[in-house]
Amino acid sequence: MTTKLFGTKVPRVEDQRFLRGQGRYVDDLLTDDPRLLHAAVLRSPHAHARIVDIDVSDVLDLDGVVAVWTWEDLTGPMAEPLPLLIPHPTLTHGRTQYALAREEVNYVGEAIAFVVAVDRYVAEDAVARIRVDYEYLEPVVGIDAARAAERTVHDDVPDNVGARMEQENGDARAAIAAAPHTLTLELDIERSACTPMEGRGTVARWDPDTSRLTVWSSTQTSTGVRGCVAAKLGLDLARVDVITPDVGGGFGVKVVHPWPEELLVPLAAKTLGRPVKYTEDRREHFISSAHERAQQHHVEVGFDDEGRVLGLNVEFWHDHGAYTPYGLIVPIITSTQLLGPYKPQNYRVVFESLYTNTVIVTPYRGAGRPQGCFVMERTMDAIAAYLGKDRTEVRSTNFIQPDEFPYEHGLIFQDGRELTYDSGDYPASLAKLKELVGWDEFEEFRAEMAAQGRRVGIGLACYVEGTGVGPYEGAHVHIETSGKVKVATGLTTQGQGHQTAFAQIVADTLGVRFEDVEVTTGDTRKMPYAVGTFASRAAVMSGSAIHLAALRAKEKALRIAAEALEASEEDLEIADGVVSVKGTDASIDLGTVAVLSNPLRYAFDEASKAATQFSVGDPGKPPVAEDDEPGLEGKDFYSPPRSTFANGMHAVIVETDPDTAEIRILKYAVVHDCGHLINPMIVEGQIHGGVAQGVGGALYERMAYDESGQLLNASFMDFLMPYVTEVPTSIDIDHLETPSPLNPLGIKGAGEAGVIPSAAVFAAAIEDAEGFPITAMPISPSELFELRLAHADDTTEATTRSTP
Amino acid sequence: MTTSPEELHDVRLHVNGSVHEVRVPARRLLSDALRHDCGLTGTHVGCEHGVCGACTILVDGKPMRSCLMLAVSAVDAEITTVEGLTEDDGTPQGRLSPVQQAFSDCHGLQCGFCTPGFLTTITAGLAENPDPTEDEAREMIAGNLCRCTGYQNIVKSVLRAAELGKGEE
Amino acid sequence: MKPAPFAYLRPATLEDALAALAGQQGAKVLAGGQSLVPLLSMRLAAPSTLVDINALPDLGHVTVTGDGDGAGDGVRIGALARHAEVLASAEAAASQPLLAMALSHVAHPTIRNRGTTVGSLVHADAAAEMPMVLRLLEGSVDVASVRGRRTIPAAELFAGPLESTLAHDEIAVEAFFPALAPGAGVAFQEIARRHGDYALVGVAAHVETEGGEVTRARVGFVSVSDVPVVVDVTGAAQDPEGDPAGAALAELEPADDIHATSAYRAHLVKVLTPRVLADAVHHARQRSAQGKSA
Repeated sequence: MTTKLFGTKVPRVEDQRFLRGQGRYVDDLLTDDPRLLHAAVLRSPHAHARIVDIDVSDVLDLDGVVAVWTWEDLTGPMAEPLPLLIPHPTLTHGRTQYALAREEVNYVGEAIAFVVAVDRYVAEDAVARIRVDYEYLEPVVGIDAARAAERTVHDDVPDNVGARMEQENGDARAAIAAAPHTLTLELDIERSACTPMEGRGTVARWDPDTSRLTVWSSTQTSTGVRGCVAAKLGLDLARVDVITPDVGGGFGVKVVHPWPEELLVPLAAKTLGRPVKYTEDRREHFISSAHERAQQHHVEVGFDDEGRVLGLNVEFWHDHGAYTPYGLIVPIITSTQLLGPYKPQNYRVVFESLYTNTVIVTPYRGAGRPQGCFVMERTMDAIAAYLGKDRTEVRSTNFIQPDEFPYEHGLIFQDGRELTYDSGDYPASLAKLKELVGWDEFEEFRAEMAAQGRRVGIGLACYVEGTGVGPYEGAHVHIETSGKVKVATGLTTQGQGHQTAFAQIVADTLGVRFEDVEVTTGDTRKMPYAVGTFASRAAVMSGSAIHLAALRAKEKALRIAAEALEASEEDLEIADGVVSVKGTDASIDLGTVAVLSNPLRYAFDEASKAATQFSVGDPGKPPVAEDDEPGLEGKDFYSPPRSTFANGMHAVIVETDPDTAEIRILKYAVVHDCGHLINPMIVEGQIHGGVAQGVGGALYERMAYDESGQLLNASFMDFLMPYVTEVPTSIDIDHLETPSPLNPLGIKGAGEAGVIPSAAVFAAAIEDAEGFPITAMPISPSELFELRLAHADDTTEATTRSTP
Repeated sequence: MTTSPEELHDVRLHVNGSVHEVRVPARRLLSDALRHDCGLTGTHVGCEHGVCGACTILVDGKPMRSCLMLAVSAVDAEITTVEGLTEDDGTPQGRLSPVQQAFSDCHGLQCGFCTPGFLTTITAGLAENPDPTEDEAREMIAGNLCRCTGYQNIVKSVLRAAELGKGEE
Repeated sequence: MKPAPFAYLRPATLEDALAALAGQQGAKVLAGGQSLVPLLSMRLAAPSTLVDINALPDLGHVTVTGDGDGAGDGVRIGALARHAEVLASAEAAASQPLLAMALSHVAHPTIRNRGTTVGSLVHADAAAEMPMVLRLLEGSVDVASVRGRRTIPAAELFAGPLESTLAHDEIAVEAFFPALAPGAGVAFQEIARRHGDYALVGVAAHVETEGGEVTRARVGFVSVSDVPVVVDVTGAAQDPEGDPAGAALAELEPADDIHATSAYRAHLVKVLTPRVLADAVHHARQRSAQGKSA
């Protein structure tokens, strides 16, 4: 009997190659090819400037330089702006950059020239020799400057407003006006970034014999890159293969496509007839890949004596940087996912998406949700403080109840579909969280600490996350005559353990040994129809597609086996790769079934003899039936009507040093509901990583731009990504499994969850410790110190705090 | 303006028990020499300014940043990279070392990019302190960045590796 | 992030190294490289020649000198001694405990395995621990050139931000950290954003006592000025109502940067200075008591 693997902590198959140093990341490829060339990019040193002249005359004389491109050298679609990937009717002033800047640069780091040389060292030497005359323009840096609009980023975008979008359910303003109590909050979040350990990178090789281009890219979407490369280079799609090798983390930034280099590398490879590699370095990653998070929010809320929200009106301003390649996905997610597990009776949200002369903004793990969660949870805390109620009580009052699913919010989500929650049990999650963190015992702990002169605070935050957005993913399952099962799905993997989790699904669905399943992701040669890995969608989308494809393969296997065993399909079962008639000794290996599925003329080994023309089949019928095809395969696609909504709640206990204002984490607790778990070990790993990234975003990381648009902390020295010493020493996790009714496995996405409530939960805990409002995140000890000074006059507020 | 080709240096690197004769310019970082000239791509480059630790290798048994060394300056050293950590068990692949095995047991890695730097660092750390406390385990890895795991399972891996190293299964 | 081209020499003798340096205005010395190589890779430094001193003999020492009572007592650290080797030396820690106290805050162990203490001194970073420690302890650095050898007292070593008073043709061959005198005590504390980062503020104290009473008290600061700075706070330390941090702040210029406001830095000086002074006094008294019982 095959053991059920779904839901168990199966060790990862990926680990073997990673642990031996045999992973193949993009910069590892073609290293032994002597013809390989290396690229470097000249990037704008200015945040805003007109390009008067580019002089590359010193470059080609340099020994080892092969070619240099500027915009002038680009032709056809390559000379046009990069695609605006996700248009939206309200994005009235969308703008995208050119692969190489044409006439104007709009952020420090924008690509201007592309050099190809024998190695990266020489390519950088060449970049240093390019002379550019700039006419400086005053930059627009930060949301305040963008809103003030004294200057504009793009001449033809008045007021720097790329989009204005409004949604409303009910009449929020009227409800607030009529409410017994009202509050107004101003809430800010600063910029941060994904910063995977591996930067971006692309390798391309043109094969003149077959007129085929092979592109390897460290991307979250092979098919996206393929489509863009084919379109921009004017190649038939069938001439372009995109393969995603091992990827050293993505977190969102690698889903943008194409990056300029993802086009320029293939262009150079095709033009020069030699393979070309571009590997982004760390400084480039900071100044030329994407950032996220910066938003300012104005909140008006009306509520009753119980803390029930009667009306919520949110206006916010989103900094999307210099261009809008990814459309409005981030602010749309904020505007819709802000609601969390709550049901405000009336809700209005309006945002403006603003241009600034800084790096572009595209989704970073959480994608607008951390900001939305921060806004909603700060609002819940403010209501509780105002009414003198326990913070969990106010939340409970506003929860959508388990019997109210599916719950329709009356809004449109990021995928253009209705915002409808499929399932969840928020009161049960909250009860688990209170237990896990010791919510009810905290006042005792606070008193104990206070007696030692120590200052502590507790906070909690709840979120709901739309996961598994469409449009679709597909899978192909092929049972070979050896009995081994080869599975292909088109989305890519960046360390989430998909090869393991997907193999678990196949092993269970087909009834084969886990060890016999091999999963390929992100290779357009194996599965050309795919979307990509983002929005916590891989397990939901490809997991479901793989399950469906495996069912199809199983169906066929049973049909052929039934014929061979002269039994009825209902009497068959498959376990450990063997089809047997229940309760008898009669059986046949899946590998043999695969042989039988493919009528042969030639016997090329012992096994295939069984399928040759004198061995099988009814001589009176065609060897392959009219409605059948050879081979033991299954292929299917999963396309859900809408997203499935995971949820969770985090709580943290912090200690703030009364003298130094340092912030320490004493306890971190997570309750997480992503439906059925395929592999709890992997899910917990995702939560760990998300929480650590959230700690970074809340307490350490920011993008420190000066007023001229220079990023002052474009290194790991000054962009303070947490080490082990900065993250909680333990993360207490409890799961709730409320299955999704929308997919066959009852699963929901888990990848982004850990990072969503961080800003909210730390702000709440620090506020609870300090006794004054925390309205801007991230927060550093220096900022906490300055806040203490600002609130020092109000000593009564600082020493007496409302009950949590 | 034309330039003359850069002077190249013949460098003998002793890596994982083998000698690699490479011809490199003086500025060739050791990390690049290992990856691109020796073909040992298991050592990864995450920042090239010595902060992330992905490129950590063992130089005469001590962990050092290969991105902060020049290949020409590494001539006299015995270098161990992640590829050299596996133990000989008669198979071509070799057996995972206790540290490598512990990472697999404890889910101490996700994307695997930072992993080689952790493995080398911990290998040296456990050689010096075979029985670390949890705090010492944390201290051992405090100079390496990971963006995926939140470090929780890496700390567990250090403790597990210590157990495996002592033969406690 | 790859270095610009440079010529490279790996001399086998100090004489050859000095000659190479003397012949090249744009030459730089490579020892541990933990500060230099990042600057090369970011192309913030582009020397014409690197003179790699790692093959030079007799510069890897960490030696405790003197008979235990004289002015020459202390720790002599060769130009190729790595931070980790200095930190591991029990003799060095016994002679001058502040060395180990401060070195454990220098970056991470992996960096300390390669980085040299002498290299850190002549890199002259006011955010680094060891230049300040050398000043506080009134140590010195021996430098050599084709023109001969000289000793630079710590007070004369630091010219400005990341600038030492070494001439371009000089190599720092040895640093001298005086031993901690009987009746003296030291202490070190720092606050950094992340463990292992450069300090937002670091404070070390050196006090001398007689009969348990403070006769001299000096405090050194990291990251609150653009050069390593030491302030004599003897008066304030002797006065029970005294304000040594205030006295120190009068001499300091804490600046704003992306990690801390100047006000916060000044505040940390106020928090840390009395703590570190108290620790140092305690240390001195402890040592006196041990000295008597021994």
